[in-house]
Amino acid sequence: MGTWDDTEREVRLVDTSLRDGSHAMAHQFTEANVRDTVRALDDAGVSLIEVSHGDGLGGSTFNYGFSLVDERTLISAAVDEAQRAKIAVLLLPGLGTVTDLRAAADLGAGAVRIATHCTEADVSIQHFQAARDLGLETVGFLMLSHMSTPEDLAKQGRIMVDAGCQCVYVVDSAGALILEDAADRVAALVAEFDGQAQVGYHGHQNLSFGVANSVLAYRAGARQIDGSLVALGAGAGNSPTEVLAATFHRLGITTGVDKDVLMDAAENVVKPFITRLPVMDRSSIVQGVAGVYSSFLLHAERAAERYGVPAHEILYRCGERRYVGGQEDMIINIALEIAEERQATV
Amino acid sequence: MAAIVGPGNIGTDLLAKLRRSELVDVRYMVGVVPESDGLTRAAELGLETSADGVDWLLTRDRLPDLVFEATSAKAHAANAQRYAEAGITAVDLTPAALGPFTCPVVNIGDQLDAPNVNMITCGGQATIPIVHAVSRVTPVPYAEIVASVSSRSAGPGTRANIDEFTETTAAGIEKVGGAAKGKAIIIINPVEPPMIMRDTVFCAIDPDADRDAISESIHRMVSDVQVYVPGYRLKADPQFDDPQPNWNGRARVAVFLEVAGNGDYLPTYAGNLDIMTAAASRAGELLAEKIISDRKAVRA
Repeated sequence: MGTWDDTEREVRLVDTSLRDGSHAMAHQFTEANVRDTVRALDDAGVSLIEVSHGDGLGGSTFNYGFSLVDERTLISAAVDEAQRAKIAVLLLPGLGTVTDLRAAADLGAGAVRIATHCTEADVSIQHFQAARDLGLETVGFLMLSHMSTPEDLAKQGRIMVDAGCQCVYVVDSAGALILEDAADRVAALVAEFDGQAQVGYHGHQNLSFGVANSVLAYRAGARQIDGSLVALGAGAGNSPTEVLAATFHRLGITTGVDKDVLMDAAENVVKPFITRLPVMDRSSIVQGVAGVYSSFLLHAERAAERYGVPAHEILYRCGERRYVGGQEDMIINIALEIAEERQATV
Repeated sequence: MAAIVGPGNIGTDLLAKLRRSELVDVRYMVGVVPESDGLTRAAELGLETSADGVDWLLTRDRLPDLVFEATSAKAHAANAQRYAEAGITAVDLTPAALGPFTCPVVNIGDQLDAPNVNMITCGGQATIPIVHAVSRVTPVPYAEIVASVSSRSAGPGTRANIDEFTETTAAGIEKVGGAAKGKAIIIINPVEPPMIMRDTVFCAIDPDADRDAISESIHRMVSDVQVYVPGYRLKADPQFDDPQPNWNGRARVAVFLEVAGNGDYLPTYAGNLDIMTAAASRAGELLAEKIISDRKAVRA
């Protein structure tokens, strides 16, 4: 399986419709959805396509939602369809394991993106080492990057690079970074790595800054930028890949991706099958304001309905308590608390 | 009579708990670093201490009946055989898992004659009792636990091998908790002031299972754990959900727990570490009770 030559582009667009988009789809992707999307992305020239449960390998659980189709079947299908692109998987240490990673590599995944909370990078060391041993391309995700300063984030990125990570992402999991918040974090990582590793940026649209932050991230030195077709992703969605491609085209920055083929993929492949078009509604805006992990959205909506309390109140409380990615279980507990408080005041 | 090997935070907290015991008399604290604060503290409390490791311990005129190992999986793997040959029962707080998994409130009764018992993981000690409380009422085809711990309480050993936590805890949920399949998730949260350990237990159950009986069993189990972990409590009543798509036709019970430590030596937020020392201390007491009664039986 060939991959694109890195010298042909100034920035690499990475598509996560089939991973981050899994959140918006409540993890109900079919094998046909995956095959059609990978084929379209591959045609457009996207060189790295992420496919996993929204919470990464092993994420199919009560806490995060069970997958309709086993992610290993989906990864296999994606590998099968990709002519030129490499398939990446996501792994969150503490949830997914090296055993899961080995299985994904056996299925033909060529890259792994290993995600930790932005202050806890040292839990990923064993996984980066295993990934390098498996010959995988390695990417690190510092989630909820808004919760850390640029300086501290750079130190955490250094831990990943020393463990064998080839590109560390500033991940705006809550869609909370605004313009220079994103650029300053990227610049700090670029300075820290001094060419030893690349820097990437993953944006969310909760406050509508996904694409603008991506442009500033590029200008600050980021060389890999994430997007999702039609923004399909957690919260108000991701930076739309087709908009990123069009924007970089307008700026004269080469991506190696055909913007028109991507727009067609967004319009005619992904839009028809998705169950929910990500929008900036009250709950997702609150996530951006309160700094809440974007994938909490559907869980908060479900708990809101189950216990008759407003989703945005649940999310505000998640932000106050500074819950991190993976603590979806706390959402039910908060809904119960709010319901109890309301009952007590009646 | 007992020894603690490993004078770190865990060993020191364990000593504080065992000093309240009427059955376990800790006389030795053993380490490998002469300038260890833990050894100094133990010596101040009147224990015989040494930085010469297990070699020193095994050459005492009087050997301990029980040894609590709070070192590392590697160290315990090297020491376990030597304890066994010396006839010393080992309570293993490391992830070595050489002996059977033990949760004092669930299965220690079956293991009172084992030469070596393993305390599983912190998340396991917090959640396995609940899985068992459900599985003793109704079959549990699948149980999943989410443990959230404060960043400050997640030590270098846990961080370097976090897969060991998830895999060992999952195995404990099955073997001791009684679920057909187990899954464990750990989250490390850096919030300041540090969060108290939280655990959520999800069990798949039959839609027609007796929910009142399950609830009653969970409440009873929480009281039983509180005997040795006073800060163990339910944050809400067990929550039952009817089957949803992709649940394989099963209903679900969700249990929300908080584990505050006793603040003996470790801070109260570190309930994850406290529940290990509390469970080890409880296991030690039950093993000591058995050793004492066996001796009486021999004399009689």
